[in-house]
Amino acid sequence: MSGFPTLFHKELLRFWKVSVQTVAAPVLVALLYLLIFAHVMEGRVRVYDTISYSAFLVPGLVMMSVLQNAFANSSSSLIQSKITGNIIFVLLPPLSYAEFFAAYVLAAVVRGLCVGTGVLLVTLPFAELPVRYPLWILAFALAGSAILAALGLLAGIWAEKIDQVAAFQNFLIMPLTFLSGVFYSIHSLPAFWQGLSHLNPFFYMIDGFRYGFFGVSDVNPALSLALVGIALALISALALVLLKRGYKLRH
Amino acid sequence: MSAAIEIREVHKRFGSVQALSGIELDIPRGEFFGLLGPNGAGKTTLISILAGLASADSGSIRVMGHDVREQYRAARRSLGVVPQELVFDPFFSVRETLRIQSGYFGLRNNDAWIDEIMLNLDLVSKADVNMRALSGGMKRRVLVAQALVHKPPVIVLDEPTAGVDVELRQALWQFIRRLNGDGHTIVLTTHYLEEAEMLCQRIAMLKQGRIVALDSTSNLLRRVHHLFLRVRVAGVLPEALRPLEHASNAAGHVLRLKGYDEVEPTLARIREAGCRIEELELMQPDLEDVFVEVMQRS
Repeated sequence: MSGFPTLFHKELLRFWKVSVQTVAAPVLVALLYLLIFAHVMEGRVRVYDTISYSAFLVPGLVMMSVLQNAFANSSSSLIQSKITGNIIFVLLPPLSYAEFFAAYVLAAVVRGLCVGTGVLLVTLPFAELPVRYPLWILAFALAGSAILAALGLLAGIWAEKIDQVAAFQNFLIMPLTFLSGVFYSIHSLPAFWQGLSHLNPFFYMIDGFRYGFFGVSDVNPALSLALVGIALALISALALVLLKRGYKLRH
Repeated sequence: MSAAIEIREVHKRFGSVQALSGIELDIPRGEFFGLLGPNGAGKTTLISILAGLASADSGSIRVMGHDVREQYRAARRSLGVVPQELVFDPFFSVRETLRIQSGYFGLRNNDAWIDEIMLNLDLVSKADVNMRALSGGMKRRVLVAQALVHKPPVIVLDEPTAGVDVELRQALWQFIRRLNGDGHTIVLTTHYLEEAEMLCQRIAMLKQGRIVALDSTSNLLRRVHHLFLRVRVAGVLPEALRPLEHASNAAGHVLRLKGYDEVEPTLARIREAGCRIEELELMQPDLEDVFVEVMQRS
């Protein structure tokens, strides 16, 4: 039998055993964003004609939490194992690089979806949120979290110290999520920044995810999903190649 | 039948350091084998390549006939490694750790064997204790248990008794000897040469990435022909005997003699110098003497 189910299960336990920190805390942070931004902005900004600012904000916050936590899970698990040396427990057994990849990525996807669901549940009382196309919602949540999970795996493979992962998170993931249209529609931006936003892959994840709720988006959701799918394929391929070579894991 | 471990022309370089230079070694099934050498000799590098934690620049290694690269699944299933570093996963208890490790090898209902290992390593009372709360010695026992969950025919122990108390050392060796008696091949690296002398049937000595001695333990011990005479005298050791002095401590002077022929003349000199002998002991050379001699000569 394969060792994959156990590695997947172990990765789930790893975050679930400290779920106050890994699930509850990011849910609280997202709720605070909603309360503060909605209080300040409600009535002043109208993004789409029929949608209140609070309602507009909720899907963005959900997706931002999904993405950030998917990244945090695979990257922190791997770097902690590397630093403490207990990575050896998964390197010695007959696990293939594909099983290794699948277990870390899927567990991170689950953490992202857990946090996302939590954010959705606690923000529901504050905004009236339609759900037009649930399958689009699910597709973007899955693809987006998988991309960030694979990116987290890459960061964990590459990094040798915790602060390198933190730098990856603070200087790449955070800015890209904050500037992806979580808090605003990019149509409200000057042309230059609008163009720049189109180069941000996170923008397509958030925009497509939001389309599932409202049925309106800045970009055609099919195009967004195609771009997100290509990004997922590329990042996964890179992670798989590095794992197969044992880059920074097997010397 | 293939050997438990076949190592062919293994070379490995880390940057400018040639860690292994053409290691060639066969370890037959069922043997208790010792891998000795000073720090940096390449022991852990060799074990890492054997376990798939590192890859050789050239050459090949087979475990129970399975190439560690091409047939890594079968090779790793055949191998249990107790790593040198005291590592653990702080999220889990001892039993969880062992169940998870079993699962990595595709073993689901492994509780009967896990219980047996825990019993033999005196871990039963700690089964549900988190790894973080265990002492160093207990963590070491869990590492041994983790290496055994899949009943590997070949067991590699990389310095398993470093910093471990006498009680565990004895319990551990008793258990490992029993596994060896049941047919498991054991490969041991240790800095405690008396352990290697006591346990290993055959020994390889490594220096700077090369095997500088490879023989049965008894043959290695026969390589050294000298013997030691420990003598405690009232007063000072005669000057004429100073060149023979190998060591000196509270228990007396240890003189290195070329053979039994020198015993009587040495005692005569002490007597002639007017010294009274308070204590006397003849000591055979041990593996440490062989080790020192091999390392100096090579």
